[in-house]
Amino acid sequence: MAFEKILTRYQDVPNYTGTIDEYIAQGGYQALPKALREFQPADLVETVKRSGLRGRGGAGFPCGVKWGFIPKDSPRPKYLVCNCDESEPGTFKDRMLIEEEPHQLIEGIVISSYAIGCHLAFIYCRGEFVSGAQVLERALREAYGRGFLGRNILGSGFELDVHVHRGAGAYICGEETGLLESLEGKRGQPRMKPPFPAISGLYRSPTVVNNVETLSNIPHIVLRGAEWYASIGPPKSAGPRLFSVSGHVERPGNYELPMSITLRELIFDHAGGIPNGRRLKAVIPGGSSAPVLTEQHLDVGMDFESLAAAGSMGGSGGVIVMDDTVCMVRVGEIVSRFYHHESCGQCTQCREGTAWLHKVLRRIEHGQGRKEDLDVLLDMCDNMKGKTICVLSDAAAMPIESYLAHFREEFEIHIRERTCPFEGRGAF
Amino acid sequence: MISDETKKRFDALVKRYPEKRSGLIPILHEVQAEVGYLSPEAIAWVAAYLTLSPADVMSVASFYDMLHLEPVGKHMIYVCQNLTCSLLGAEPLIRHLEDRLGIRMGETTPDGLISLKRMECLASCGTAPAIQIDGIFYERVTPQKLDELLEKLRNGRLRGSRA
Ligand SMILES: Cc1cc2nc3c(=O)[nH]c(=O)nc-3n(C[C@H](O)[C@H](O)[C@H](O)COP(=O)(O)O)c2cc1C
Ligand code: SF4
Ligand code: FES
Repeated sequence: MAFEKILTRYQDVPNYTGTIDEYIAQGGYQALPKALREFQPADLVETVKRSGLRGRGGAGFPCGVKWGFIPKDSPRPKYLVCNCDESEPGTFKDRMLIEEEPHQLIEGIVISSYAIGCHLAFIYCRGEFVSGAQVLERALREAYGRGFLGRNILGSGFELDVHVHRGAGAYICGEETGLLESLEGKRGQPRMKPPFPAISGLYRSPTVVNNVETLSNIPHIVLRGAEWYASIGPPKSAGPRLFSVSGHVERPGNYELPMSITLRELIFDHAGGIPNGRRLKAVIPGGSSAPVLTEQHLDVGMDFESLAAAGSMGGSGGVIVMDDTVCMVRVGEIVSRFYHHESCGQCTQCREGTAWLHKVLRRIEHGQGRKEDLDVLLDMCDNMKGKTICVLSDAAAMPIESYLAHFREEFEIHIRERTCPFEGRGAF
Repeated sequence: MISDETKKRFDALVKRYPEKRSGLIPILHEVQAEVGYLSPEAIAWVAAYLTLSPADVMSVASFYDMLHLEPVGKHMIYVCQNLTCSLLGAEPLIRHLEDRLGIRMGETTPDGLISLKRMECLASCGTAPAIQIDGIFYERVTPQKLDELLEKLRNGRLRGSRA
C-alpha cells in the first residue's frame, strides 16, 4: 500500500540537499507566516491538542497537552529545547531529519516557540552528531538571513533566537532533565520530578522539551489542519511515524508510515523480510528499552496502545529484527552492558541493579551460570522498577524480564550445558 | 595555552546563554581539539575562564565519553558495540582493528597516531556496522573497508573534525 509521505516527502525530490531554497520550493516556510498571522498562541496549543500529535521521543506524551502546562503568567522567560540526543539503541531517524531536512525542524521550532511564548530555543544534539550539528548551524544562518529567525520575524513583532548545543557522549542526556542539566554545563544527572520542566526546567524557568520528529510535524499540522492530521492512523496514535528498522532485514532503513501498520507489514512488506532464508526469532519494536516480541506477535499494530497491550511499547520507533541464529542470552548481555555503562549512578537500585544484571547475564552466556541465576535476575529486575529518579532503571529491567519470559529455555540450556549452544553457529 | 582567536570565539559563545556555565561542554570540545586532550592545565584554563573550580570542571568532563582526561591519539576511531552492529559483525570488526593496529580497544598506538574506543549505538543502525573516525561516520563497514580507511588515515588523506 502506498502512503503519503509527509516528513520525508523530500526524498522523492531528485537531488534534494535540504537548502532553504529547496525547502521553500516544495512548500516550506508557508506554515510559519500562517501561524503568525492567523493564530493566537493559545489557538496553536489547542490545534496541536486536537491533532492528537504524541511525542516521538519515547513516552508518547500528547504534545499540545505538554505545551498547555506552561504557565502563562510566569514572570520568568520560557524556553523550548529540541531533544536531538537520539541515543536509544536501534533509533536513527532524528539524525536523518536534521541532516536531510533541517528547515522542517527549524520551522517547527519557530512555530512551537511562538505557541508557548519562548524567545530563546536550543537544539541539543548528541556529541557524536558532528556533521548533523554543522548542517543545523548552516540552516539556522540561512533562516536568519531570510527573516524567519531573529528580531521581528516576518514583520510580526515576534522574536526568537535558536542555537545548536552539542553534548559529549552520554545516553542519559536524552532523558529530558538529564539533558537540561547537561545544557546548563553540568553532569547529565536526571532531576527529581516534580517539579516538571514545564514549571521549572532550563535555568529554573518554564521549559518544553520535544523530540526532533515531534517538532518536525508542527508545520504540517498548521498548514493542513488538526483534523487532517488526526485522520492519519489510529485515533489515539495520530499522524505519520518514522520507524527505524535495523538488524536482520533485507532493506534496513527509516520508514514513514501511519501507526495503523502491523509489525508484520513493516518487517515483511516494507523492510523486505528476513535475509538468507532465515526465520524471524525476535523483534524489539521501540528501541532497546522495549520488551521483546516474537513471531506470535507479528500482527500487532505499531500504535502506542496496541504495542502496550502486547506487553511492549512504541518507545522511540527503533525496530530491531533478529533471525533464528541469534542467541537471546548474548542479546541480554549486550543490552545489559549498555544500561550498566549508561546508568548515571545516582540511585542505588539502578547503579547496583544494572551492574548485577550485566554480571549475571555475562556469566550465563560464558557457561558459568548457576541454577539460581534466573531467579536472581528476576528478583533484581523487580527491585529496579518504579523506585528511581528517572526510568532508565525500568528501561534496563523490562527487556531482560521479557527475554526470560519468551526464551527461558534458552537461558536454562546455557546453565545446564555450561556453554552457549549458539557458539560457532552464528554467534556474534 | 589557548589562542586569542579561540578565546574570542568563546567570548561570543558564552553570550548565547543566560548563564555562561552552559558554554562549558562546547568549550571543553574545542579546548580538547586544540590541546589534544583535557590536560590538568587545560582544565585549569577552562575553570578560570568560566570562574569555576578545576574540580568542578573535572567532574563534568569525566561524565562524558567524548571528553578525555588522559592523552589520546591524534585520530580517534569509535566502534559501535551495541545490538544491531553486534548482530551485523561489530565484534569481528573490533578483532580485525586490534590485530591490524596491535593494540586493544581503549588503547592508543605507540606512535600516538590512533586511539580505539568502543561506543554505544551511534544512530547508524540502518547502515550497520558503523564506526566514526574523527567525527565522520563510516557505515556498512567490512574488514576490507577498514583496511582502506586505515591506509588513508596514515597518509593523512581522511578528513575529520576533532572538535
Ligand atoms: C533514559 C532515557 C533516554 C531518553 N533518550 C531520549 C532521546 O535520545 N531522544 C528523545 O527525544 N527523547 C529521549 N527520552 C525521552 C525524553 O525524556 C522526553 O520524554 C522527550 O524528549 C520528550 O519529547 P517528546 O514529547 O516530543 O517525545 C529519553 C528518556 C529516558 C528515560
Ligand atoms: S534511574 Fe539510573 S540513570 Fe536514572 S537517575 Fe537513577 S541512577 Fe541515574
Ligand atoms: S547499534 Fe550500532 S549504530 Fe546503532
